[in-house]
Amino acid sequence: MKELNLTLKIWRQDGPDSNGSFDTIAAPGINDEMSFLEMLDLVNERLINEGKDAVVFDHDCREGICGTCSLMINGQAHGPQKGTATCQLHMRKFSDGDEIVIEPWRAAAFPIIKDLMVDRAAFDRIVESGGYITAETGGAPDANIIPIPKPVADAAMDAAACIGCGACVAACPNSAANLFTSAKVAHLNLLPQGQAERHARVEAMVDTMEEFFGSCTNHGECQEACPKEISIDFIALMNRDYLAAKFKNRRTLSRK
Amino acid sequence: MQLDAKIPDGAIADKWTNYKFERKLVNPANRRKYDVIVVGTGLAGGAAAATLGEQGYNVKAFTFHDSARRAHSIAAQGGINAAKNYKGDGDSIYRLFYDTVKGGDFRAREANVYRLAEESVNIIDQATAQGVPFAREYGGLLDNRSFGGAQVSRTFYARGQTGQQLLLGVYQQLSRQIGLGNVALYNRSELVDIVVVDGRAAGIVVRDLVTGQVTSHSAHAVVLATGGYSNAFFLSTNAMACNVTAAWRAHRKGAAFANPCYTQIHPTSIPQSDDFQSKLTLMSESLRNDGRIWCPKSPDETRPPDQIPEADRDYYLERRYPSFGNLAPRDIASRAAKIEVDAGKGVGPLKNGVYLDFSDAIARLGRDTIEERYGNLFEMYERITDESPYDVPMRIYPAVHYTMGGLWVDYELMTTVPGLYAAGEANFSDHGANRLGASALMQGLSDGYFVLPNTISNYLAPLLGTKPVPTDHAEFQVAEAAATARFAGYLAIGGTRSPDAFHQQLGKIMWDYCGMERTKEGLEKALSEIPALHEEFRKDLRVTGSGEATNQTLEKAGRVDDFFELAQVMCLDALTREESCGGHFRAEHQTEEGEAERDDAHFAHVAAWEWTGDPANPTRHTEPLEFENVHLQVRSYK
Repeated sequence: MKELNLTLKIWRQDGPDSNGSFDTIAAPGINDEMSFLEMLDLVNERLINEGKDAVVFDHDCREGICGTCSLMINGQAHGPQKGTATCQLHMRKFSDGDEIVIEPWRAAAFPIIKDLMVDRAAFDRIVESGGYITAETGGAPDANIIPIPKPVADAAMDAAACIGCGACVAACPNSAANLFTSAKVAHLNLLPQGQAERHARVEAMVDTMEEFFGSCTNHGECQEACPKEISIDFIALMNRDYLAAKFKNRRTLSRK
Repeated sequence: MQLDAKIPDGAIADKWTNYKFERKLVNPANRRKYDVIVVGTGLAGGAAAATLGEQGYNVKAFTFHDSARRAHSIAAQGGINAAKNYKGDGDSIYRLFYDTVKGGDFRAREANVYRLAEESVNIIDQATAQGVPFAREYGGLLDNRSFGGAQVSRTFYARGQTGQQLLLGVYQQLSRQIGLGNVALYNRSELVDIVVVDGRAAGIVVRDLVTGQVTSHSAHAVVLATGGYSNAFFLSTNAMACNVTAAWRAHRKGAAFANPCYTQIHPTSIPQSDDFQSKLTLMSESLRNDGRIWCPKSPDETRPPDQIPEADRDYYLERRYPSFGNLAPRDIASRAAKIEVDAGKGVGPLKNGVYLDFSDAIARLGRDTIEERYGNLFEMYERITDESPYDVPMRIYPAVHYTMGGLWVDYELMTTVPGLYAAGEANFSDHGANRLGASALMQGLSDGYFVLPNTISNYLAPLLGTKPVPTDHAEFQVAEAAATARFAGYLAIGGTRSPDAFHQQLGKIMWDYCGMERTKEGLEKALSEIPALHEEFRKDLRVTGSGEATNQTLEKAGRVDDFFELAQVMCLDALTREESCGGHFRAEHQTEEGEAERDDAHFAHVAAWEWTGDPANPTRHTEPLEFENVHLQVRSYK
């Protein structure tokens, strides 16, 4: 166990329409076994003790699965450790004397609510437009009626692992949401159950995505920042399906 | 207060079918005339909101998260049980029912558990149709694994992320209904009160977590699917925001709270590393399929684990429970770990854990197979502890994980307030005194997809033609004013300590006296300390910031305030239940071998507490439990 003395530069902003600025906060005596968010908890506890407002940041499960946490840490979405969400990042990745710059996700489609908390509702709009298989409760056939080859199920699971945190958008120089959208499209479009709506789904989701987000220019930053290491191959798959959807005669969907 | 469970007549296997035929229906064209509020968008709430929306009701769904995809159901790792018998190893609905009643130490209602086992098979079909990518065999059929408390393989899984995948399935169905306009979602909105008018649930009061604004919403019926209360212990495996407020506010408005002392301590969490820790991280029970649990035989052991020879290791679960071994149920495995650690045989820098060792499994199956099964869990463990379980055994210790207690509900999932329902972990009904692994996802989805959408029409049908109580009704105005005053009150105290500081202290009292082992003396001590600490909270709380913008300190204050009141009834319930059963272990009631000793003659009942206005003196009611199918026996896993 080591003790770290850090200087934090944290973005503070009262609301979506106010001007924000960096607040420099000294964080001495940080135990390196702490998680990054536990370090922020401690900083907040100290701020409250001084009668100041705590720093607002989104977080919940602290197990890297709910996708609520965010933060640009020294300019990197979710910080320096690959494949790791902020809540799973530990202070042993930092050194004594470090200055750490902490900012919210930066993207026009994610307006700031307060301090480090942003509004990611645009992601929900994309899913609402088609990110599902229509299967109303009650009418499902036996689960083993359609065998799904293991490589297909595995690939769908690789895509479905997306936690919807928004790091891909924050890392993208264009604030594109192609990795997020393609992960949901691929998860459902790879599965046999998803074939009936395959073309309608990709069209609706891509079109909705484009209402909010920038365009993909294949930088690949999203894949590097993704805490679940989702591959940009899924973007290629989405693009292919999108193009195919434009030509597909839906009445012949049942034919190979 | 009358506790009528409304269990349908007939043989156990016919009750649910009979009920579904006999209940009143609302015809599809009339459903749009009804408004239903669903609070919580985890497995139970999300599934109920989506299904009710599909059926044609006007649904308003509320979540305090930013999105309907975040609820803590998402963190369930290992799997979901279903009596599919795809492995042909003798599973059946009856066996799942039997295992669950026995696993719950004979403190659950038989009829509810049977229904749960019946619906389990439909859940797998439903989730698969939605595109939930369950693990598959090479032939393309669904794979299963084993879980604690069962001798068959009935657990379906999606890597170590089963809860996530099932919740995303729910979220997708709910999103579809939102897109179609059948469900209106209110996000970042926290329930702060329930409104009851003329003895019926009339609606809810919510606080907008972005603006601080308090508003009312009314409906014909209200469903609470707001999860459990493990965070009363401060340190638990629950997400940071999990709280009891919705259930507690319902309790204060007349809903009985059942079996609050039934809390589950999960055996395989990563041990606490220091005082600053904000939460505990669970390692899935599925790891016990291939990991062997042991500790050194000697309390003075100092060698690293790989240098401790077999002769100096104690595989205590395999020794004490040869037929279930490392897959003994959670309560039993947890207590066994506590016994070893209390005897000074703990491992790790703080000697507060035991080993979960994969070296045998890696030698037998190869590293690749283990990586395929548990890779993401191993990575998570390494991120937190900086140790690789491929090379050194994991260190684990029990942690509070789930609460079997909750709002009392009848067979229809209705609380003691007509028109107010509770689903998922928020109710008390299906797990008795101990929940078996992979059963929480099953119960949440069964309640949400299949039970509530069938039972709610029985209440709604006679209300045809009535309008929900308008939100300018005096009761709503009173509740709004009280909520506004409550939150302004926290800000006005101007004391010296943060909500977290109080929460941490409360959690320590609960863990010390109402945790894995309880005694009369300890519980009485807790019952004198909690009200005193609550009094300090009222006088010395410090909440900075304002009530008109996002203020997480203020949100926390409201939740901690409710935990204080709940904690008292948890201790009272534990004190009055003079027996040991499942997750409730009273040191005074144990066998010579240290196993839990039930007292069926006096305690084969549900204890449901009624709010009296004084959190220290609620009224205890009982619902007798009858076991007509699974006969009462000493629960043995030896």
